[in-house]
Amino acid sequence: MNDEKKSLRKQFACGKTLKKLMADHFYEMDEASKTGSKKIAWCTSVGPAELLRGMGFLVYYPENHGAMLGATRMATDLIPYANALGYSPDICSYLTSDIGSYLQKKTPLTQAYNIESVPKPDVLVFNTNQCRDVQDWFAWYARELNVPLVGVFSLREVGEIKDYEINDIAKQIEDLVPKLEEVSGERFDIDRFKQAVEYSRRTSELWRTCLESAAAIPSPWNFFDATIHMGPAVVARGTKEGVDYYEILLAELQDRIKQGIPSVEGERHRLYWEGMPIWGKLRPLSEQFASLHACIVASTYCNSWIFDQLDPNDPFGSMGRAYLELFIVRDEPYKERYMEECHEMYKLDGIIFHDAKTCPNNSNNRYGLPQRISERLGIPQLTINGDLNDLRCYSEEQAKTNIEAFVEQLEERA
Amino acid sequence: MLNNKSPVYAGIDIGASRTKVALLDSEKNLIGHCVIKSGIDFNQTSRLCLESAMDMAGISMDSIACTVSTGYGRKNAPFSNRTKTEIGCHAKGAYHFFPTAITIVDIGGQDNKIIKLDEQGRRLNFKMNRKCAAGTGAFLEEMSARLDIPLEDMDPLARKSVKMVELGSYCTVFSATEVLEKIREGKKVPDIVKGLFFSVIKRILEMEALSEKVVMTGGVVAHNPYLVIMVKDITGLDILTPQYPQLTGAIGAALFAMDG
Repeated sequence: MNDEKKSLRKQFACGKTLKKLMADHFYEMDEASKTGSKKIAWCTSVGPAELLRGMGFLVYYPENHGAMLGATRMATDLIPYANALGYSPDICSYLTSDIGSYLQKKTPLTQAYNIESVPKPDVLVFNTNQCRDVQDWFAWYARELNVPLVGVFSLREVGEIKDYEINDIAKQIEDLVPKLEEVSGERFDIDRFKQAVEYSRRTSELWRTCLESAAAIPSPWNFFDATIHMGPAVVARGTKEGVDYYEILLAELQDRIKQGIPSVEGERHRLYWEGMPIWGKLRPLSEQFASLHACIVASTYCNSWIFDQLDPNDPFGSMGRAYLELFIVRDEPYKERYMEECHEMYKLDGIIFHDAKTCPNNSNNRYGLPQRISERLGIPQLTINGDLNDLRCYSEEQAKTNIEAFVEQLEERA
Repeated sequence: MLNNKSPVYAGIDIGASRTKVALLDSEKNLIGHCVIKSGIDFNQTSRLCLESAMDMAGISMDSIACTVSTGYGRKNAPFSNRTKTEIGCHAKGAYHFFPTAITIVDIGGQDNKIIKLDEQGRRLNFKMNRKCAAGTGAFLEEMSARLDIPLEDMDPLARKSVKMVELGSYCTVFSATEVLEKIREGKKVPDIVKGLFFSVIKRILEMEALSEKVVMTGGVVAHNPYLVIMVKDITGLDILTPQYPQLTGAIGAALFAMDG
């Protein structure tokens, strides 16, 4: 029992570099927001960031801010302010907590970086590959701030991807150019765009290699570490800083493998996390899994920022492919095959599904997938009810008991 | 009075609603047990419950070789040697009485569990209810208060039903409103109470397919055996219950204590 009280998390030496990179990202935007020195685009997390970078915008990601609101446990108090405006407690709690944050003029950036508010946008750019909520989220700001709103409308439940589907997305991305030129006041520069695509591809390749290092037994890191270290894969995609960071992280992970340093002492069980993180509970969950000698070695969530299809020689086409081959927009047979491949790579003992109350697109337990995949792979599964940001939807005691009982079940099989 | 040297194994199940203690001798005989309200001081409650069970068994603390605690308050019993989840303990307890492939349906004060075991008693999978009181003992407690009917009167009342009143709502609060509507419509109380039991059963049946032999446990089953008869009628399945359904988790914990 006492084991749970002392921290079982292992820090990374590159954590300081990570903090600096994230801080610089926000300071640069804060300065631009105050002085107008550079144009700022708000972009959904899997939106056309490379194009925006390539057109000279600084890129701000409200979903990243949403995750910060969750991780700092500010979200639950802010969500009701958006609910009161008619934004239901059942829709995306990134959306509701972010709008609540705007309304209350409270942001985690103040505590973390002494920044008063999020940067003001010059343009809002979405891709509905995450969900329709991102479009409604940005539309609220478009009305509130009188800022242009443009976006890409994704396909969903895609099985085998056809060329015409990729062309559709690629063309939609290309069609953003005139509007973005108008906002930026600069002509589109294909070479700068290609450079951003190249950086993004390289960032993705390195991020993939970092994630796949968890195939080592014991694993050098876990899902909870990765949710923190994926920051640059989101916000520094398309920049040299992103590439540089993952070279450092990868070297540290490889060093851990070489030295046999495990993420979880006495690793006994290797698990997969399907679904969103429960941002406000990363630490207690991480501690609980570590105390049970269970390491979450892979996750759909962290894998969702791998875009190594990107190709500077075909920037629009490859962006179309990268943003359409995502797990989140694929059909159930694809998702089953994907998880089966993960099982082969990471040697999983079990799968945990997080049913996030306000995020149906990232809750893949709702159409019988846990039962099918469990039977197909011959490993047990568990569903935890919770949410990414709204802790009113999470029963911590019940989740803890479920996790403990799941590990007991794994022990019986061992 | 047992010989002081005979080891006794204690299981303490500190649930959200009730605390249960089971004492087993080395032959796995139940020699003492107790059920009391959990209240707000789990530590004190578990001590009182244990003392009462020891009185029943005629033993002192010295005889207890090992104690395992379970339930939501499992970490609040400082004298316990180990903890196990209530899912593990219900599985162990139910398999002890019915050593075959079974589906356990436990209806507790705050949560429901469905646990599937293979022939060897190993867990195949389990599920707990979502974060909602629908279908749990808390639902019946709420309704008993709304209808001003003591909990212990619900079972005999349900048995008197001639034409069950079916409730459509998913939610405890909405169900309470629906019950008031039915009263206004002049429906008979026994028919409404049977409808409440049926509502609990529906919540259970939608959790998981009951494909094996079914063992029902927990306080709701212990105090409302008519509910078990209803499940039999509705599903056509062979429904088994141990002698003391409410003690299943505590007995499982005592069996874990015996395992060392």
